[in-house]
Amino acid sequence: MSEDLLAIADRVVAMSKPGEQIEAVVVRGTETEIRVFGGDVESLSSAQSQGVGIRIVVDGRQGFAYAGSLDESAIAETLADARDNVSFATFDEFAGLAEPDGVAIPVLDLHSDALVSFATADKIAMAIELERVVMAADPRISGIESAEYADSISEAAIASSTGIRTVGSETSCFLATYAMATEGDETQTGFGFSVGREPSDLTPSAAAIEAAERATRMLGAVQPASGRLTVVLDPWVTAQFLGILGYTLDGESVLKGRSLFADRLGESVGSSLLTLIDDPTDVRSFTATDADGEGLAARRNVLIENGVLQKFVHNAYSARRAGTVSTGNAVRGIKSTPSVGCLSVSLVPGISDPAALIAGIDDGVLVQEVSGLHSGVNPVSGDFSTGAEGLRIRNGELAEPVREFTIASTLQKMLRDVQAVGNDLQFLPMNATGVSLVVADLTVSGS
Amino acid sequence: MIEQSVLEEVLGVAMRTGGEFAEVFAEDRRNASAVLDDGRVEELTSGRDRGAGIRVVVGDTTGFAHTADLTEAGLIAAAAAAAAAARGGGGGTNVVALDRRSASRGYDIETYPGDVPKARKVELLGRANDAARAVGGAISQVSVSYGDNRRHILVANSDGLFVEDDTVRTFFAVSCVATGDAGMQTGRESVGHTIGFELFDMYDVDQLARNAADRALTKLAARPAPSGQMPVVIGSGGGGVLFHEACGHGLEADLVAKGASVFRGRVGQQVASKGVTVVDDGTMEREWGNIAVDDEGNPAQRNVLIEDGVLTDYMWDHLRARKEGRRSSGNGRRQSYQNLPMVRMTNTYLLAGEEDPESIIASTPKGVYVKHLGGGQVNTATGDFVFGMTEAYLIEDGKITEPLREGNLIGNGPEVLQRIDALGNDFAMGPPGTCGKDGQGVPVGDGVPTLRVSSLTIGGTAA
Repeated sequence: MSEDLLAIADRVVAMSKPGEQIEAVVVRGTETEIRVFGGDVESLSSAQSQGVGIRIVVDGRQGFAYAGSLDESAIAETLADARDNVSFATFDEFAGLAEPDGVAIPVLDLHSDALVSFATADKIAMAIELERVVMAADPRISGIESAEYADSISEAAIASSTGIRTVGSETSCFLATYAMATEGDETQTGFGFSVGREPSDLTPSAAAIEAAERATRMLGAVQPASGRLTVVLDPWVTAQFLGILGYTLDGESVLKGRSLFADRLGESVGSSLLTLIDDPTDVRSFTATDADGEGLAARRNVLIENGVLQKFVHNAYSARRAGTVSTGNAVRGIKSTPSVGCLSVSLVPGISDPAALIAGIDDGVLVQEVSGLHSGVNPVSGDFSTGAEGLRIRNGELAEPVREFTIASTLQKMLRDVQAVGNDLQFLPMNATGVSLVVADLTVSGS
Repeated sequence: MIEQSVLEEVLGVAMRTGGEFAEVFAEDRRNASAVLDDGRVEELTSGRDRGAGIRVVVGDTTGFAHTADLTEAGLIAAAAAAAAAARGGGGGTNVVALDRRSASRGYDIETYPGDVPKARKVELLGRANDAARAVGGAISQVSVSYGDNRRHILVANSDGLFVEDDTVRTFFAVSCVATGDAGMQTGRESVGHTIGFELFDMYDVDQLARNAADRALTKLAARPAPSGQMPVVIGSGGGGVLFHEACGHGLEADLVAKGASVFRGRVGQQVASKGVTVVDDGTMEREWGNIAVDDEGNPAQRNVLIEDGVLTDYMWDHLRARKEGRRSSGNGRRQSYQNLPMVRMTNTYLLAGEEDPESIIASTPKGVYVKHLGGGQVNTATGDFVFGMTEAYLIEDGKITEPLREGNLIGNGPEVLQRIDALGNDFAMGPPGTCGKDGQGVPVGDGVPTLRVSSLTIGGTAA
């Protein structure tokens, strides 16, 4: 179904002039988003969007342009803009497009016809059911901030004058809800979600019950006393930290002197319990893909193995500059040239379930939500400090809820302070997979 | 962008199945950006996005569809899809007659960035890079970015409203990494206004670069921030995000209506210290959050949200205002034609007080002075919010002493508003911001005078 996109990309590539490398990325997306409130549809958005991004390299200089349209006139204008932009770039001997590297594109089942044919009325029913179960879950549930169903069908084709030629289609869908629990004049919130590649993967009741439980268990929360404590990060929180950790391992940051791990390859950078992989070929992952943003095969890369730093991720440019080969980690939309990044990062799970992890802690905190990561974590210096809420752990059991505190350390120290990795892998609507993580000696700032 | 007769036809189709309100929002946006990193101008990017979003409201349900096809056929197909999404049950014909109005923002763009040669934009990048590196050998990396965009919008709706607007924004930022014995630190400076290339008559890019470099260098010697509660003095212009998070989001009528705001039902009540007046003002000329009309076609307004500590009003978009039988406050905004509008802030600021800023610091025996805040985040239902400090110092015996490493501060909106115990006479607007809500980013501005909060929790690591 996406072959027409490849045909457009081929046509752009055919317009290349002598001495010019040219690459076209052509995408089309179909998205539905349904929000419900009070048992009825609050909004239903359905739309198709498309676009093209054209990159040109001539004699070590790169130019780029994009358009949110696949009209012939828009493509012609974009190509002319990209060409015009070339002359303003600084000469860079490493500039150039990706070239086929002999790694076969994996055959992954990422497209579901069941999603494509899923009726709108059934999507609405699923969202209404989600809200209904949240509201019925506990008498203290006072309302929902949001309850939604969303899905997307993303098609992309990449072709280049260097011989890249790929096309693919991926589907995904999720349910998400924020529940509110109220007692007296206090309100607390909690969220729940369910993700999948097709509607049968989704379980509205599990998402709803999780949201209701996360909200109600926070009622009565107090500000904890400041101190240094062992912290259990729940899978959702761990995934957010892994996303940031991924940034510090990208080859471009390393080359440009922005990675705190730049000179540490082969060295121990964390607890021996830590094995960090980037594996976009794991179809369970929300961001699984068969090809990267330059059309090279996606692949499984082991970044940290038993605490030892093994590898940085690269796209074609950063690899060429670093004297290595691309790891298939070009990341891009149509509006920018490829950057470097992890596609689907995950820790290899341990053996203990979350209850066993908590049972082993005398005095600690289970953090179920963090806030302000974008302002509180500096991936260059490694300093971090984020807002947090969760439950105290006393004598191996969950105790009173706590809020309005921060947890702080440095990424470097945190990796060394990991005490255990849980067995509860959780696939989330983001490019990192969650798992419970026990970290000692975090600074808790409260009263 | 689209003929009036076509718009009337499209709105008629949108209303044909029983819609109570229909709207066409069309947008033609051109972006240009240039990045210099690691000593090289990596690329110039040009882009264009053009399309229309159509919504149809039936009862409490909104149907929405968007299209990049601005022909009559494309628009009618989108209108039919939006109407079907709203599940209208009625029938018959609807005639919409549009009344064209003009949008005015009270000043003119002097130099459209599209008319400026690309070579001039690139030249600014190189100058800033050289200036930052000249600050000292410890500056180990510099990234400079330039961006401009021109956004032409058209809004037509079934109430007869028809308005177009053309907005130009220009942006420049410098980020530096400094490397010292204890690792790396970063410093950033950014400027952005709703104006053209005359931005560079207002600012000297060399000076902006030196500011960013100085910030990174200062932090090389910084000690870990304290952990726990203490007084916090926020510098003029550096901390408007505090109010954006502490009360701004909680005063958005869509969240209030769902019970998801701690400020629900509190209009007329004292919610902040006496002397605290908070305003959201889309008309503020040339500021980053300036708009002539919002993305629903309503004129921008200056809205007083809190006056002398008393909550006076929330911010409203068309949908929420219509439900309450009142007028929109001009706060209906959206990221692009592909999104539904929501209640959003524009330029949010705290009015100046009368105190001398020096005396505010001098009367603080021990605390933290935050010269520049980073981003923030709030849970409007609980009121708990965080914001980052990107440049901060210790206050000891009424004097600013050692620089502090980065960290977040955490507080509760209604509590923090009541704890403001000093307001300076030195109001200034801060750097340009992007506010995110439900996945949509829109440009916003903020501003504050020097002020003190008697107690906030500082999330550092030092005892």
